Amino acid sequence: MSKVRVLVGTRKGGFLLASDGKREKWDVSGPHFGGWEIYHIKGSPADPNRLYASQCSGWFGQQVQRSDDGGGTWTPVGNKFVYDGIPGTHQWYDGTAHPWEFKRVWHFEPSLTDPDTVYAGVEDAALFRSSDGGLNWQELAGLRGHGSGPRWQPGAGGMCLHTVILDPTDSQRIFIAISAAGAFRTDDGGQTWQPINKGLYSQYIPDPTAEVGHCVHHVAMHPARPGVLFMQKHWDVLRSDNAGESWQEVSGNLPTDFGFVIDVHAHEPETIYVVPIKSDSEHFPPDAKLRVYRSKTGGNEWEPLTKGLPQSNCYVNVLRDAMAVDSLDECGVYFGTTGGQVYVSADAGDSWMPIVRDLPAVLSVEVQTLA
Amino acid sequence: MIQVVLPAHLRTLARVDSDVTLEVQGEATQRSVLDALETKYPVLQGAIRDHVTRERRPYIRFFACSEDLSLQSPDAPLPEQVVDGTEPLFIVGAIAGG
Repeated sequence: MSKVRVLVGTRKGGFLLASDGKREKWDVSGPHFGGWEIYHIKGSPADPNRLYASQCSGWFGQQVQRSDDGGGTWTPVGNKFVYDGIPGTHQWYDGTAHPWEFKRVWHFEPSLTDPDTVYAGVEDAALFRSSDGGLNWQELAGLRGHGSGPRWQPGAGGMCLHTVILDPTDSQRIFIAISAAGAFRTDDGGQTWQPINKGLYSQYIPDPTAEVGHCVHHVAMHPARPGVLFMQKHWDVLRSDNAGESWQEVSGNLPTDFGFVIDVHAHEPETIYVVPIKSDSEHFPPDAKLRVYRSKTGGNEWEPLTKGLPQSNCYVNVLRDAMAVDSLDECGVYFGTTGGQVYVSADAGDSWMPIVRDLPAVLSVEVQTLA
Repeated sequence: MIQVVLPAHLRTLARVDSDVTLEVQGEATQRSVLDALETKYPVLQGAIRDHVTRERRPYIRFFACSEDLSLQSPDAPLPEQVVDGTEPLFIVGAIAGG
């Protein structure tokens, strides 16, 4: 029988949640690296026992942990992230030039085919790659070398490269997203990059339609349709049907089009999920009701999913990397909150239950579907 | 032998459960002690000093003999009691956040 393993990063450690295909009873393991911020844990599609975890601390910096046995044991690997050449400057919050400084790894994206190859999206924004299981890291410097770097600026969470999407049909094509610079694409394995932000409109930058400067919160893709992308921006939910060449807003009837997460159903490429969050200053759910919104039409027409979720006095947030889907026959959807709850829906969002209620604030959620 | 007291998170990272004892070649300074520490426990590279600049991370302090050595030159000699092993060098995470 199939199993699932949910990889949860929190402000105070990592947790692994395991269940069978029913997704009703759960074993909880953790905290792993208790007391450290675990920004992200992700497994290799080529070897599900190979996990990479980003462990960091304001005091002691960045560590990278690797597991070769599905999270039973961990080994620290390389933590030396050095920008290629002279790092240069980006915009600071006040518009002044600020030197590029490595702070932490936000996201690991293991190769689709090689467990030893993994990409790391970092703050200050850059993309690194390791081809030896995380021992050594090299920057794919063509991204910062695009030339627009001096116009990138940090969002409230820092200037982070938070999204890395590998095209399953083209090993040379990678999509990434940066807050607040926008989305970029390479078609040559990371040597050169182009911004893919046409159609984005952001009132909080001097030119709302600028090539870069947009606060993209997350991007999602269904592997069967790698040319179709869905984006949750600071405000606006958008889609692209041409690999990011242009975007159209599909916020439709959402109660607010601000939010952080977005994900795609494992078997229905036009079914997408978001969690609307009230902004600009509050960052909690509208009307204190935690609602996932689902569109079965690729956007514009949205339905609230509330069964099993708190519908009063709820003031949590759901951060950008804190939603995932499994690939079981009935698609499971998962998300974690800043209140420490991790919710699962074993019926594609129709109903929800908490797996855990009292973890530290959840930073990221990934799920592995295991044979 | 020089004794070094690590903060709890770094003890966990280095997989040691008590003070660390180091043999330091040449003059005992912050730099030579940290070099010896990182050689013995490579996982601590980057956790106390920046990988590139080799400077002390902002929230790390060095104490010994009831003195704060954090702002001294990394090449200044450590106190005699640290050198002869009667007093430890404390590597401390700065108080912050609560």
